[in-house]
Amino acid sequence: MTSESQTFTGLYKETFLAGLWRENPVFRLLLGMCPTLAVTAAVKPALTMGLSVIFVLICSNIVVSLMRNLLKPHLRILMFTLTIATFVTIADLFLKAFQPRMSETLGPYVPLIIVNCIIICRAEACASKNPIFVSIIDAVGMGIGFTATLCVLAGIREILSTGAVFEIPVLALSENGGWFVPWAAMSMPVGAFITLGLLLALVNVITKKEA
Amino acid sequence: MDTLNILLLGFISIVIINNLVFTKFLGICPYLGVSGRIDMAFGMGLAVTFVVTLSGTLTWMIDHWILMKMGLEVTRYVCFILVIAGAVQLVEMYIRKFFPALYESFGIFLPLITTNCAILGLCLFINLWEIDNLLEAVVLSFGAGIGFTMAICIMAGIRENLNLADVPKCLKGAPITLITAGLLTLAFMGFAGMIK
Repeated sequence: MTSESQTFTGLYKETFLAGLWRENPVFRLLLGMCPTLAVTAAVKPALTMGLSVIFVLICSNIVVSLMRNLLKPHLRILMFTLTIATFVTIADLFLKAFQPRMSETLGPYVPLIIVNCIIICRAEACASKNPIFVSIIDAVGMGIGFTATLCVLAGIREILSTGAVFEIPVLALSENGGWFVPWAAMSMPVGAFITLGLLLALVNVITKKEA
Repeated sequence: MDTLNILLLGFISIVIINNLVFTKFLGICPYLGVSGRIDMAFGMGLAVTFVVTLSGTLTWMIDHWILMKMGLEVTRYVCFILVIAGAVQLVEMYIRKFFPALYESFGIFLPLITTNCAILGLCLFINLWEIDNLLEAVVLSFGAGIGFTMAICIMAGIRENLNLADVPKCLKGAPITLITAGLLTLAFMGFAGMIK
C-alpha cells in the first residue's frame, strides 16, 4: 500500500518536473512559438499571457481527461479545439472585464491561445490517455514551464529595449544622464527572433554538457 | 477607382508591410517546421492561401450577417475555429484525391493547418481592423495567404543554402533558423512607411 502510494507520488513529481525543463514546451519541443515571440516585448503582458495559458491548459486538460473514453479518433482534434475555444472565450471575457488595458495590449493574441500548439499537444499526448489528476499536474507543470520561459525572454528584451524590468527602471538611461542607450530593435520583431534564437543555442550548449 | 485604390493598397500592405509572418509572428510553426525544401514550402503556401481565403471570407460573412445581427459575439471564437477546421478538411480531401504524392509528403502538417495561427489570426485581425466591406475582406485574406507563401518560400530557399554552410554546432537547427528569420524581418522593415 505504502509503496504503491510512493510510486504514485514519484509519477506526479516526474510529470510535474518534465514540463519545467526536460520537456519544456518552448525550449525543447519548440511549441507555441507565436505567442512566445509576440507578447514578450515586456514582462507584464508575457506574465498575463502565461497565466491565461495556465488557466486554459488546466481546464481543457480536465475536460478532455473526463471525456477521454467517449472520444472518437477522427473527431478528436475537433473536440479538443472546441473545448479549448470555450475556455479561451472565458479567459478573454475575464481579461476584458478586469484588465481592459492589458486586454488591449495583447489584442488578438488572447484568442490565438486556441491554436497554441502546447494546449492541443498536451490534450493529445497526456490528457486523452491519463486519469484526471495526472492531467492536472501535467498542465500545471507545462504551464509554469511556458510562463517561466516567456518571462525570461521578456525580461531580456525589456531590459535591453527600455532599461527597465516589470516597468521598474533598473539601468540608468542616457537621456537622463546615465550610461545605457536603449536598443530600440529589441522591442521590434527582430529582437524577438534573435533573442529566442540565441536562448535556444544556450539551451543546446547546456544540454550537451548534461549528456 | 477609389475602391480599386483601397483594395490595391490593402493587398500590398498585407503582403509586404504587415506580413503576418514577419510582423505579427503568425504561422511560425510551419514556417520553422516545413520550410526545408522549396517545392514543399510552395505547396504548403498554396494550401494555406486557399484555406485562408476561404475561411477569411466565410468568417467575415458569418460574423457580420449572423453573429452581429443576433448579438452572439461571445461565440465568435468557437464559430471561427469550426469554419477553419471545416475548410481544412475540405482541402485535405481534395489533395488526397487529386495529388496523392503531395499528400504523402505533407504527412502530419496538412491537418495541422487547422492550428496554423496565421489563419485564425487573420480572421481575428479582419475583425479587429473593422473591415466592413466583403470585397476588402476577401482581398485581405487572399493577400495574407500570398504573403505567407512568399515568406515561407524565401525561408526555404535560404535554408537549402544553409545546409551547405558551416554553422557552429550549438546554433544548428532551430536557433540559426530563428536568427535568419530575425534578419529577414529586419530587411522587411525597410518597406514600413511605404504606405502611411
